[in-house]
Amino acid sequence: MNLDPSDIVYFEWGFIRITATLVFTWVTMLILSLGSYLITRNISSKTEISRGQNILEAVIETLRKQIKDISKQDPGRYLPFIGTLFIFILSANVLSIVPGFTSPTGSLNTTIALALCVFFSVPIYGIASQGVGGYLKEYIKPTVVMLPFNIISEISRTLSLAIRLYGNVMSAGVIVAILLGVMPLFFPVVMQVLGLLTGAIQAYIFAILAIVYISSAS
Amino acid sequence: MDSISIIGMTSIMIAGLTIAIGSIAPAIGEGKAVAQALKSIAQQPDEANTISRTLFVGLAMIESTAIYCFVVSMILLFANPFWDMVIG
Repeated sequence: MNLDPSDIVYFEWGFIRITATLVFTWVTMLILSLGSYLITRNISSKTEISRGQNILEAVIETLRKQIKDISKQDPGRYLPFIGTLFIFILSANVLSIVPGFTSPTGSLNTTIALALCVFFSVPIYGIASQGVGGYLKEYIKPTVVMLPFNIISEISRTLSLAIRLYGNVMSAGVIVAILLGVMPLFFPVVMQVLGLLTGAIQAYIFAILAIVYISSAS
Repeated sequence: MDSISIIGMTSIMIAGLTIAIGSIAPAIGEGKAVAQALKSIAQQPDEANTISRTLFVGLAMIESTAIYCFVVSMILLFANPFWDMVIG
């Protein structure tokens, strides 16, 4: 049993190392961009729209509404970043039912990279909306005494964001692998279904927490 | 006992204890949170959307402590650094 798809190395040359995480991230990206390209190739603004356009419009509308509800701000600014995070994590988790597909979010490398994106986007959005001084003032609220604690919380929440997603996705795979050894008949399927549910909820939670962190600083 | 069996034994025991003790508090916390949320939804069904969204985020926060314990026990069992040090 391996805990991390990064341990599977397909190709290695110098410092370039093509691992399973990288390959399956590319597969997910390819599916998402190809699907979006095929659908948005002929979009129309008439009342008659294709099925694909309907799906994408529903997704975007839901995302906008959720972001607006949580951040109480105009969702347009956050939509590209939060939407990308949500759709990528969701499709990476859901695609794990395809046999042979290892979810790239089950690797600590991917989740730390995603959490670092959130970590750096907080000051970027904060400075963009209230300037450098206004953003830095957030750190000494309510008093100057809280400065080290604010910095610690900034780092620890990034770490917990990464470990939470990794732990949930990895644990689903580990439980299925253990059950396959113990009782291989029916129960692995049930746990797989549970894993799909957990994957969808974790994608939602990752996106929600990203909005909460970003909108609290801006 | 040589050091390999000592490390193996302690790793297995501590991994079991980690997940056993570490899942008590999150389980109680999640139970309380869900019970309170159900109570609130029963009182104010109109606010069910907001309550369940906050509940999910809160559950994820509570659950992450249990997940940390799980990750630690998995590291002890399958990717133990001390084990590699003795073997290698």
